[in-house]
Amino acid sequence: MTFLQLRDLRVSFPTDDGVVRAVDGITFALERGRTLGIVGESGSGKSVTSLAILGLHNRRNANVAGEIWLDGAELVGMPADDVRALRGKKMAMIFQDPLSSMHPYYTIGAQIIEAYRVHNAVSKVVARRHAIDMLGRVGIPQPDRRVDDYPHQFSGGMRQRAMIAMALSCDPELLIADEPTTALDVTVQAQILDLMRDLQQEFNSALIIITHDLGVVAELADDILVMYGGRCAEYAAADDLFERPEHPYTWGLLGSMPRLDRARTKRLLPIRGTPPSLIHLPSGCAFHPRCGYAERNGGKSEKVVPELVESTGRHLVACHLPIEVRRRVWQEEISPSLEAR
Amino acid sequence: MFAYIVRRLAAAVVLLFAVSVVTFAIFFLVPRFAGATPETLATRYVGRAATAETVKLTAERLGFYDPVPVQYGRWVKAIFVGTEYDYGAGVEQCPAPCLGYSFITRQAVWPDLLDRTTVTLSLAVGASVIWLLMGVSTGVLSALRRGSIFDRMAMGVSLAGVSMPIFFTGMVSLVLFSYTLGITAPGGHYTPFTQNPATWAYNLLLPWITLAFLFSAAYARLTRAGMLETMGEDYIRTAQAKGLPQRTVVVRHGLRSTLTPILTIFGLDVGLLLGGAVLTEKTFSLPGLGKYAVDAIVANDLPKVMGVVLFAAAFIVIANLIVDLLYAVVDPRVRLG
Repeated sequence: MTFLQLRDLRVSFPTDDGVVRAVDGITFALERGRTLGIVGESGSGKSVTSLAILGLHNRRNANVAGEIWLDGAELVGMPADDVRALRGKKMAMIFQDPLSSMHPYYTIGAQIIEAYRVHNAVSKVVARRHAIDMLGRVGIPQPDRRVDDYPHQFSGGMRQRAMIAMALSCDPELLIADEPTTALDVTVQAQILDLMRDLQQEFNSALIIITHDLGVVAELADDILVMYGGRCAEYAAADDLFERPEHPYTWGLLGSMPRLDRARTKRLLPIRGTPPSLIHLPSGCAFHPRCGYAERNGGKSEKVVPELVESTGRHLVACHLPIEVRRRVWQEEISPSLEAR
Repeated sequence: MFAYIVRRLAAAVVLLFAVSVVTFAIFFLVPRFAGATPETLATRYVGRAATAETVKLTAERLGFYDPVPVQYGRWVKAIFVGTEYDYGAGVEQCPAPCLGYSFITRQAVWPDLLDRTTVTLSLAVGASVIWLLMGVSTGVLSALRRGSIFDRMAMGVSLAGVSMPIFFTGMVSLVLFSYTLGITAPGGHYTPFTQNPATWAYNLLLPWITLAFLFSAAYARLTRAGMLETMGEDYIRTAQAKGLPQRTVVVRHGLRSTLTPILTIFGLDVGLLLGGAVLTEKTFSLPGLGKYAVDAIVANDLPKVMGVVLFAAAFIVIANLIVDLLYAVVDPRVRLG
């Protein structure tokens, strides 16, 4: 049995301007000990997907359809209280900005102790010892003293470590990290990513990393799911995706990654245009207004939504370009231009 | 922390000094600019039929012939070391803190103030407890059920609450609850708590509710706005992600942050009320500080006015100080340096 399985997950929000289809049919599977990277621009639906898994979407105005199976239990339609009991214990989340994500009035220790004691009937003394232990494991020096500090007394990287300690305090089997390094210095980013990899191996949890930065998931993820306009554009094993990316949007993401090993005079290749409105998604392939290859499909891109189909093995792509054309474009046009830069 | 308190206390003393100078100047100096002589000032305290001789004697007795700074110095000195008065009927001792004697009734001001304070204190404390509970809980519920019928009704009522003055709601509720339905006590009665707590509460119930209605309306709106903002914060989402029960999220994480600014306003409001809930006391004929102040001003009884102003200022300054200290306790980011 797959540990985490999403089937055709759809999340929409009715608003005065129309229905926002934040997530429009996402399917993926994830096993314990494996890492999935969900990549996309802001507004591509990646955060909403993770919030829906945790049941943290606004229950009053969000419509969730499809299936979310976690360890044999269906989360969609589960009573709010039952999902709450799983939150923090079976599945936990790390947020982007550790400063605003921690309560400013409570000490780091108090917040970890609180998280631990919701799910474990232990005394405050025991929970405190556990909190100090967790802080030590995420690499906070002098954890027995820092446990009584407030979030504002921690540095950014330390705060994110504390946040990770808090999320891992109940030994969750699924950990979702939403842009865990975006608010941090570059030097600290690498430390945090290393830490997450080590802890994942130690705890053998399933890990979902949500990011807009392919570089972040390049080393960590086993699988990568590229989202665009609430839909899945490409879903493949990480090695495969970096070796033979097939979706023009993925090419764009690769082209906009700054790399230090290339000459500075070479410019980045940004994706033109802006992310689409989720209320009025472009007809057909949502990416077609920004796609450099849409005209090669004879008007199909504007009319038909491309299906997510296997190209080779487990490599899924939603693109109208014939597979030979995609491969040729990648090998002859995109790949050389990325190398040559 | 200690240095901070000392500094704040020193500032409070300076502030009170300034208040006393300004008040004294308004009542003793400004009339002179307007052409009043010691004799015309004294006329008020002897009646118009008095002879010029009596007026002169009275002015002399009240010290009106001395320069104003000397009069002020005498007044301040009495506060710290006490003084004695001779109104022609034997010498009266006035121990420190002596805020002087009424020019009219010849009663010492300080014991009067203490006496009146118990009334105002009873009124303010009772009402503030009610409005804090009512206002904050209404605000929280409204925020959590934004757009619901409860929210709309609560906000409608509270809009009426903030808009209607106390002498209107007070009068209406007196007519309705006391004189028509006979549930609550009619105005004008006050029984000390020590004498009979039940009667004390019975007599104060209507003033409490009327006063609390006005304030809880404002507090409900304030709490609602604060809660709506706080519940959208990232740390609320974190608390939910931990799997905390919604009640814990709302109270421990949401309300805790929202209460900080409310606490500030609460302290100032209570301080202000302790200086005299003028309209409420007047409406319900309660012998509190506010009514005392109004009566003193109407009668032009200067020592009483001076005393009550200084007293009320002290309450506000102290309330301010307490709020500042509490703030540092509540919000660890506020560092006292």
